[in-house]
Amino acid sequence: MKETAQHTHGKVSGIIANLVIVRVDGPVAQNEICFIQHADTQLMAEVIKILGDKAYVQVFESTRGLQPGMEVTFTGHLLEATLGPGILSKNYDGLMHDLDTMTGIFLKRGEYTLSFDMEQKWDFRPLAAVGDKITAGSWLGEVTENSIPHKIMAPFKLEGPYTLQSIAEPGAYGVTETIAVLTDSRGKETPVSMVQKWPVKKAVKAYQNKPRPFKLLETGVRTIDTLNPIVEGGTGFIPGPFGSGKTVMQQAISKQAEADIVIVAACGERANEVVDLFTEFPELDDPWTGRKLMERTTIIANTSNMPVAAREASVYTAMTIAEYYRSMGLKVLLLADSTSRWAQALREMSNRMEELPGPDAFPMDLPAIISNFYSRAGIVFLNNGQTGSITFIGTVSPAGGNLKEPVTESTKKVARCFYALSQQRADSKRYPAIDPIDSYSKYLEYPELLKTLNEQIAPNWAEQVIELKNILFRGKEAAEQINILGDDGVSIDTHLAFWRSEVVDAIILQQDAFDEVDSRCPLKRQKYMVDKILDVTDTALAFDGYEEVNPYFKRVISALKQMNYSEFETPKFKQYEEELRQILEERKTG
Amino acid sequence: MDTRAFQRIYTKIEQITKATCTLKATGVGYEELAMVAGKEAQVVKIMDDQVTLQVFAGTEGIPTNAEVVFMGKAPSLKVGDALAGRFFNAYGQPIDGGPEADGEEREIGGPSVNPVRRKQPSELITTGIAGIDLNNSLVTGQKIPFFADPDQPYNQVMAMVALRAKADKIILGGIGLTNDDYLYFKNVFENAGALHRIVSFVNTTEDPPVERLLVPDMALAAAEYFAVDKHEKVLVLLTDMTLYADALSIVSNRMDQIPSKDSMPGSLYSDLAKLYEKAVQFEDGGSVTIIAVTTLSGGDITHAIPDNTGYITEGQLFLRRDTDIGKVIIDPFRSLSRLKQLVIGKKTRADHPQVMNAAVRLYADAANARTKLENGFDLTDYDERTLEFAKEYSRELLAIDVNIDTEKMLEVAWELFARYFSQAEVGMKQELMDKYWPNGN
Ligand SMILES: Nc1ncnc2c1ncn2[C@@H]1O[C@H](COP(=O)(O)OP(=O)(O)OP(=O)(O)O)[C@@H](O)[C@H]1O
Ligand SMILES: [Mg+2]
Repeated sequence: MKETAQHTHGKVSGIIANLVIVRVDGPVAQNEICFIQHADTQLMAEVIKILGDKAYVQVFESTRGLQPGMEVTFTGHLLEATLGPGILSKNYDGLMHDLDTMTGIFLKRGEYTLSFDMEQKWDFRPLAAVGDKITAGSWLGEVTENSIPHKIMAPFKLEGPYTLQSIAEPGAYGVTETIAVLTDSRGKETPVSMVQKWPVKKAVKAYQNKPRPFKLLETGVRTIDTLNPIVEGGTGFIPGPFGSGKTVMQQAISKQAEADIVIVAACGERANEVVDLFTEFPELDDPWTGRKLMERTTIIANTSNMPVAAREASVYTAMTIAEYYRSMGLKVLLLADSTSRWAQALREMSNRMEELPGPDAFPMDLPAIISNFYSRAGIVFLNNGQTGSITFIGTVSPAGGNLKEPVTESTKKVARCFYALSQQRADSKRYPAIDPIDSYSKYLEYPELLKTLNEQIAPNWAEQVIELKNILFRGKEAAEQINILGDDGVSIDTHLAFWRSEVVDAIILQQDAFDEVDSRCPLKRQKYMVDKILDVTDTALAFDGYEEVNPYFKRVISALKQMNYSEFETPKFKQYEEELRQILEERKTG
Repeated sequence: MDTRAFQRIYTKIEQITKATCTLKATGVGYEELAMVAGKEAQVVKIMDDQVTLQVFAGTEGIPTNAEVVFMGKAPSLKVGDALAGRFFNAYGQPIDGGPEADGEEREIGGPSVNPVRRKQPSELITTGIAGIDLNNSLVTGQKIPFFADPDQPYNQVMAMVALRAKADKIILGGIGLTNDDYLYFKNVFENAGALHRIVSFVNTTEDPPVERLLVPDMALAAAEYFAVDKHEKVLVLLTDMTLYADALSIVSNRMDQIPSKDSMPGSLYSDLAKLYEKAVQFEDGGSVTIIAVTTLSGGDITHAIPDNTGYITEGQLFLRRDTDIGKVIIDPFRSLSRLKQLVIGKKTRADHPQVMNAAVRLYADAANARTKLENGFDLTDYDERTLEFAKEYSRELLAIDVNIDTEKMLEVAWELFARYFSQAEVGMKQELMDKYWPNGN
């Protein structure tokens, strides 16, 4: 990029919605950022196409009132995130402007607030020593941000090897003060502060390599952890029709997951849903550390009524922040709700530029864009041998709930976990509505994961999970037979197969996200309940007629449900466990 | 946008389509309002000195030498207390014979509320209708549509909800309202002695369809005035949003945009979200609640209009005729209020969430039993009981003519549980069953 060159200028010549055509007097780069002068405000925009002396820019704001002839200044850089201590607990818009420091009730065009306090001083502790070899991302020092060890790193933009010439003594420094000086092979000095910038659409590559994920990431959601686990550095997606529970599921994961840092990108969805986070996260405890959830969280809010172009940027902003913290050797969980809105933002723009449309009028390169984004997640070995990870879970909102559409199909090719929400389950309030048979975790095919699962949970875990899935599968077949042949047209065994799967459904799959106890089920408890359920389903039971099966299993399920609602291993929990034992005794054979 | 001291007048239109005309003009701002031969129009595209205007009433009869005057501002509304009790058209001009309402001029379709300035909605709206209060509780600051086939009495239900909702102001946005429905709303509000709390912006079926695009923005600008400036609880009724979306598609087709699903513009989601997201709860008590109507064709909710709406709103209320009891009910399966968990069991009795879920679960079992019956299978005793339960549940709770308080709804539900089922079959938290299960069982 022409960082140092004279800035190019231009004049507005055309306006169609948030697409503005600018006549320029010099060089411009694809994706370069520019500002349009409108009265006394400057509106930020990004170049998305160049034709001769015309730059097509998408404006991150309403274009109301713009006129041909208005001045445009190009900045010489791409859309960048400002990175440094102070990002955690912030609520940002899609371009990483702090929403809390904006003035007024309504968003004002052109009010671009800083990403964090540039005056704040942080207690700096050096980690590197003079003479050390330094490359992009090397840990130079550390500050404590909300009790998280925040590494101050050599800028990601560095190319080639450097040597640490000097480093600040321990003490309090402002974020923009120089805390280290690096020299390159020719002796040229580069001062480094706690702040750096990075173009959001480019992946941070300051690591050695990216192995296959091998470790489970606990979410406390049974149907995920037990049946189709997500892993540290894994990718997953949750497609489902409206109202099927995508957001509730993601919010549960964001509260409970075993992560150091959680980045939530609310991308083109409801404002009230981010307000839920704003309201609850400062109050709720992180189950892993006991500190407030907000301390480990950053929220990027580009809700559906906020400018569409910034919606596309918001997911990249979020990913860049995630990469920044991953480079510190932290476990980052990134959630985006909904990636379909981002795809729609791309579609709106592509249509306005009259590009040749692909399927459903989405841009032709949509699959490439999606796969490129998902590929930024992963667990990495940093250059110093430490690991860091970004686990990414996105929701997809398919039109009409039909999974045969471009966003779902493109995502399915790249995301390794598929959590399909079923309308039917949601309608019968079987939450979370994840279809246990259609959904999958490809990670279960990784021997390295199976190995750690058996170590982390129990030696026979993998087999137990397969058994649960078989029970569900046989139950589905039994239900179909009963539907075709009628209750009295099938054997009692068929009824049993059906009801055993109902037990697994009611106790393992279903989980009340709004119940204080049931909402989060730690792995240990999951293991306990799986043992319990397999006990139940393994028990041979005697019935005189099929009419007895339904009421009997209703009692079994009811006792088990009470267990789910009780604190683990309390007298109350054990009381229901005993009740269950007695119910089983009644009909146990042999 | 600044109002210019003098207005330039143009008289040479170069191109006219059904909805737009294009002319050479300078100094024109995007989205600026203009008058073309006395008809309202808005700038939708500027290419150098070529300005394209969308003429809301259509271009019929506009000659190439028509007078075009640019107004130097975006479409706006004069807001003030004088709005109360008045009826306006899509341009905010009185249609009730009264004088023009005076007030401060504000652009419609203005900016969004900063999400961190919102408050989490938590104030229950009660309607007396159990299909709403029991199963799908509403709160102030929510946005929710009725999904209904055109033959359902959605406007009647909406008017009833509005009057019972205890709002400080009710803003009616009538989008392609039939004249009869317009008069119906007017009468109902008048008879309830509520006219002074009502502001209406109405586009009837007799008015040009593209004008409808202005109605929701007008209604919401008025709503924001009362909610923000006056800290009032405002309820906005938008009926019928399907006609709004149809108008969007007319415009985008005429502007040669590539249609996406169901010939709707690709921006439908953003266009609708911009309106619905005006629903908000503020710290100081002011709020905008939106209740809308989205008519369906043949109950198809996968059509782009209800589909996009469902993805935006905080639930939906489904109206359906229950042939067993011969009444219109709020269908518990497809209906949903997503904000209900903020209030149920907190602002209402502790057993509310579980009672609601248990009843719907049993109602679903009844639906399965009915399928069995239709397929010619014998029913078990349990099946029979669910069918009996479903009928009573439908009659005593789901029907839209129910009008009782929430506590009573819960009692009725417990009554029905005990009449038809055992505790294990109802399967709730034991503490709740111990406390509320009717005696004598
Ligand atoms: N695990 C759960 N437990 C209890 N209720 C749930 C659960 N999941 C979802 N629900 C119910 O379903 C409603 C809709 O869920 P959610 O908002 O997550 O849907 P969504 O898939 O994100 O929809 P959209 O695509 O429209 O955003 C919730 O408001 C809640 O009432
Ligand atoms: Mg959602």
